[in-house]
Amino acid sequence: MTVGGATLVDGIALRVKAGEMVAIVGPNGAGKSTLLRMLSGDLRPTKGRIELKQRDIHLYAPRLLAHHRAMLSQHVNVTFPFTVEEIVHMGAGDVGRAAAQRLVDAALTEVDLANFSHRQLPTLSGGEQQRAHFARVLVQLACGEEQHGPGLLLLDEPTSSLDMRHQIDLVETAKRRAQNGTAVIAVLHDLNLAMRFADRIVLLHRGKLAVDGGRSEAITAETIRRIFEVDVKIDYTDQGVPFLLPQTMRPAGAPAA
Amino acid sequence: MTVLTEASAKRRSGYAFRPPASLTLICLFIALAGAALIALTVGAAGIPLARLPAALGLWGEGSAGPSLARDQLVLWSIRMPRIGAAAMVGALLAASGAIMQGLFRNPLADPALVGVSSGGALAAAAAIVFTDSQIGQNVRFMQHQLLPIAAFAGSLLTTIILYSIASRSGRTSIAIFLLAGIAIAAIANAGTGLLVFIADDRQLRDITFWMLGSLSGATWPKLATLAPVLVCAAIACLSIARGLDVLVLGEAEAFHSGVDVERLKRISIVLVSAMTGVAVSVCGIVGFVGIVVPHLLRLVIGPAHRLLLPASMLLGAVLLTGADTLARTIVAPAEMPIGILTAAIGAPFFLIMLLRQRGLVSL
Repeated sequence: MTVGGATLVDGIALRVKAGEMVAIVGPNGAGKSTLLRMLSGDLRPTKGRIELKQRDIHLYAPRLLAHHRAMLSQHVNVTFPFTVEEIVHMGAGDVGRAAAQRLVDAALTEVDLANFSHRQLPTLSGGEQQRAHFARVLVQLACGEEQHGPGLLLLDEPTSSLDMRHQIDLVETAKRRAQNGTAVIAVLHDLNLAMRFADRIVLLHRGKLAVDGGRSEAITAETIRRIFEVDVKIDYTDQGVPFLLPQTMRPAGAPAA
Repeated sequence: MTVLTEASAKRRSGYAFRPPASLTLICLFIALAGAALIALTVGAAGIPLARLPAALGLWGEGSAGPSLARDQLVLWSIRMPRIGAAAMVGALLAASGAIMQGLFRNPLADPALVGVSSGGALAAAAAIVFTDSQIGQNVRFMQHQLLPIAAFAGSLLTTIILYSIASRSGRTSIAIFLLAGIAIAAIANAGTGLLVFIADDRQLRDITFWMLGSLSGATWPKLATLAPVLVCAAIACLSIARGLDVLVLGEAEAFHSGVDVERLKRISIVLVSAMTGVAVSVCGIVGFVGIVVPHLLRLVIGPAHRLLLPASMLLGAVLLTGADTLARTIVAPAEMPIGILTAAIGAPFFLIMLLRQRGLVSL
């Protein structure tokens, strides 16, 4: 599994292996979503290339590409009154009816929406809608993986509208996929979630790759101060998982407004 | 239907009850048969139900009364082509409305409302004036064939302009879409107005007919133009149904889900233009069928296009057959242009929808 190349966001070389969970973090406007949209094949880089399974991503027909990579966007606005189940079914392609139904039911249970399957999507809260779309993406991923083996799962700020419990649920679900061989790349804002679950953290800053490495290499108090302009304290849980605690709103020494 | 039929059995306790697809289609077929039957019997020359089978030639050797020949004449050369045209035009307009709404992800889209019909009518009116002129007299003999083609071309051009204005980098603004549609309709209507100005009396009558909409000119040859378009459109509709469903998620998401969005858009635009253009070439501008029918259906059967498109065709046929019967009878022996009737019913309906959608349309 190769996802690599130089990109419009400028000089970013990334190689993501199957079974790896990568978190892309960075301040607003760092180019995280642009990078993800390029990795999905949605945007074409002006220079450089994106390869998926040793093949240029733009050589895939849309339908085949959807078998190899699934992507959850940040905001999806549905105007027509589709039910949750109908939305999740949209992820199913090229599998039998019974198999599709099985995958849909499993995904709905996984995102904790099994009782909502017949509700109309536009009547749900933002977080519930986001989970329904995540279920749809999981079905798409599962359909593709049944035919072509492990694929690529892209998540663009998947937790932005979720409550704490469902944030953890979602990231854990993605983590399970990674453990089964899927390559997962997620844009995350919550550095603590990123450090807790990602195998690798890619830190973007002004369209460039600032840091790329394991959680303890990537996230240091010094890096955070430099890139996010926030003073943080890094501590460790009893299990040795690092977590961040913001200290002040402004970098130390900055003049008060 | 994969989703609907299977799931509908389990839906009885669900929040959104949706009837089985087969039941929906059967009910609509029965309604269409009923509407056609009523349309056959009423009119300027009433034909009671009892005389209908004989007039249709179903009982070959029935008592050949004096009224039989008259009944047969009325039925075969006036009423039947007209009912056929009403049903087919209704089907085309309703389905093209449904496709347009799917394409623009906006339940307020309607070919007549946003100028696609006007564009078709302008081109058709231009074709009338042109074929009557000195330069166009060589092609006058093929005016019948030329009108639908011109109307299609006009509709296609309008739809493409509308799409390129309203859609920027994969997103379609509902407000810009409606406003652009109004502007395009105004331009097309101005063009038609100019043609009215330079037209002679006979052309004027023809052109006025496009602008108000009427099925009184329906003949068997016109049906022969409608039928193949309707059949092709029905087949094409089924092939784009899943794509239109997924497109509701937005263009980027549809692409992520494996839909060839550009291809889907091209097919949809051509389909909408062909269906609207041919409908306009037969009966002029008949508005609001494309907005009322899919909306009513979505309330009952849900928004999935696999069922919505064929159901729209059937309900559109029922509605326009009914509306045309009404247009023929309410001011009998005169006739009301059907476009006026559908606008009188459809416009308030549109306003109600607009009020309920105000959040979406906010500038």
